[in-house]
Amino acid sequence: MSMTMSQKILAAHAQVDEVRPGQLIMADLDLVLGNDITSPVAIKEFAKFGIDSVFDKSKVALVPDHFTPNKDIKAAHQCKMLREFATDMEIENYFEIGQMGIEHALLPEQGLVDAGDLIIGADSHTCTYGALGAFSTGVGSTDMAAAMATGKAWFKVPSALRFNLTGKFSPWVSGKDLILHIIGMIGVDGALYKSMEFTGVGVASLTIDDRFTVCNMAIEAGAKNGIFPVDEVALAYLADHCKRKPVVFQADADAEYDHTYEIDLSKLRPTVSFPHLPDNTRTIDEIGEVKIDQVVIGSCTNGRISDLRVAAKILDGKKVDPRVRTIVFPATQEIYLQAMDEGLLRIFVKAGAVVSTPTCGPCLGGHMGILAEGERAVATTNRNFVGRMGHVESEVYLASPAVAAASALTGYISNPETIEEN
Amino acid sequence: MNAKGKAFRYGDNVDTDVIIPARYLNTSDAKELASHCMEDIDGTFVKNVQQGDLIVAERNFGCGSSREHAPLAIKTAGVSCVIAASFARIFYRNSINIGLPILECPEAVQGIDSGDIVSVEFSTGTITNETTGKSWAAEPFPPFIQEMIAADGLINYLRKGVKA
Repeated sequence: MSMTMSQKILAAHAQVDEVRPGQLIMADLDLVLGNDITSPVAIKEFAKFGIDSVFDKSKVALVPDHFTPNKDIKAAHQCKMLREFATDMEIENYFEIGQMGIEHALLPEQGLVDAGDLIIGADSHTCTYGALGAFSTGVGSTDMAAAMATGKAWFKVPSALRFNLTGKFSPWVSGKDLILHIIGMIGVDGALYKSMEFTGVGVASLTIDDRFTVCNMAIEAGAKNGIFPVDEVALAYLADHCKRKPVVFQADADAEYDHTYEIDLSKLRPTVSFPHLPDNTRTIDEIGEVKIDQVVIGSCTNGRISDLRVAAKILDGKKVDPRVRTIVFPATQEIYLQAMDEGLLRIFVKAGAVVSTPTCGPCLGGHMGILAEGERAVATTNRNFVGRMGHVESEVYLASPAVAAASALTGYISNPETIEEN
Repeated sequence: MNAKGKAFRYGDNVDTDVIIPARYLNTSDAKELASHCMEDIDGTFVKNVQQGDLIVAERNFGCGSSREHAPLAIKTAGVSCVIAASFARIFYRNSINIGLPILECPEAVQGIDSGDIVSVEFSTGTITNETTGKSWAAEPFPPFIQEMIAADGLINYLRKGVKA
């Protein structure tokens, strides 16, 4: 029987020759991830097993990134639980402030993700690693606890949607616009329980950072995972970061998909998700006048070096609107340092933006940029649900780093094509 | 095991941010989480919900974050069952893993209004609107998941397996 790329990875980890959609399997995991919000619940559940070690100290990653640097006493307590558990269990991949970054940017950068891996994380955006040809998916704390104890997780084998990409992006259009376009097209439950597999000649033109962004938001269409084929771009990234040998799986030529969508990348426009769902998309040409109070550039979706470069290119030598609080979050320490070396941080500060330490903070309304009643933000983050970034009557507009930076300059949601470069 | 109580009715895409806003996720204490359950979609829910009541919602209930705090808050608030036209996949998984009964039944959702008294028979998946007298059959869980629910969640299910 023919299989999709995702199904092949699941079959290999369940030690079976083939799997079919709907089948329930128990599979071996290559990595189990948790953060400072989900891990405390998992640690309590793990204790119920009454065992004194995790299944493999090198295959658990704990990243205190959500409410860190500790935003209050309760958050500090949760991080302390994480730290003590990591020490007690001799977890090799615990990342303290100073080494930590936003988990889904950090793990690939640290070489913990390889092509062909099966990864679960107690964070919904764990699906990011499909960019490198891994099957990765978000779970809850109890799954994380069970996985830390056994090294296994149960899966219902997903069917798949195929997105066949052709053409190349126009200037100022990026992976963010592609995934927002797709979510707008299929809806926030358009890929519910399914894989999103990206194929076609257009894939080659996507940078690895574009692919991370696309896979990161697969969950926003309800998907179990998003995945790209492992090509030269992915192999080059893996060669630079991961010490293990990549295991390349390919979908069978006659693999069955529930549906195939044809997408011409050259036809995409800068795209914005209006409140309060990611599928409420409009192209930049349909925006109208939307006045904003805050711009957030960063997150596990768009806090990578190429995102910062795009924002800096637009902000270079200019000033942000003095009424707009512009907050830039490099996703990891390495990205922060690289942005410093390239002079990007100087551009941001000179433009009147602030640059933060890596944290998930504002994306989920945790800290470092909360919105008041009636305020609006343009954010390069991933969700614009009611109250997501603060008050229940605040609004989040999701967009690319280019649109966010252009909007910071004008105080209105703006088209980067209209900003003159210095 | 059965459930019976008053229905709290919601629409499509009830996300985990409105079920339990992130500003309360600096704790994992179930009672504290429950005291803010549904706060950003229904400010009176916590005041009005009684032990045994049900949540009835339309498509894609529990979309968004992987926070297990969401089903945990619902369960601890006293909700005996969530019935929806469909569930987001991580919420579905988390609910089963922590022992919060959930049922997918689009037809029942259309036939239940806020405030109706609803009963559920878990062994058969039969949902009855006691207020109108109408009944529906929800899709039964696959046996693997039924075993997990019978063991009261994933951890107990796995511990049994380890002992056996």
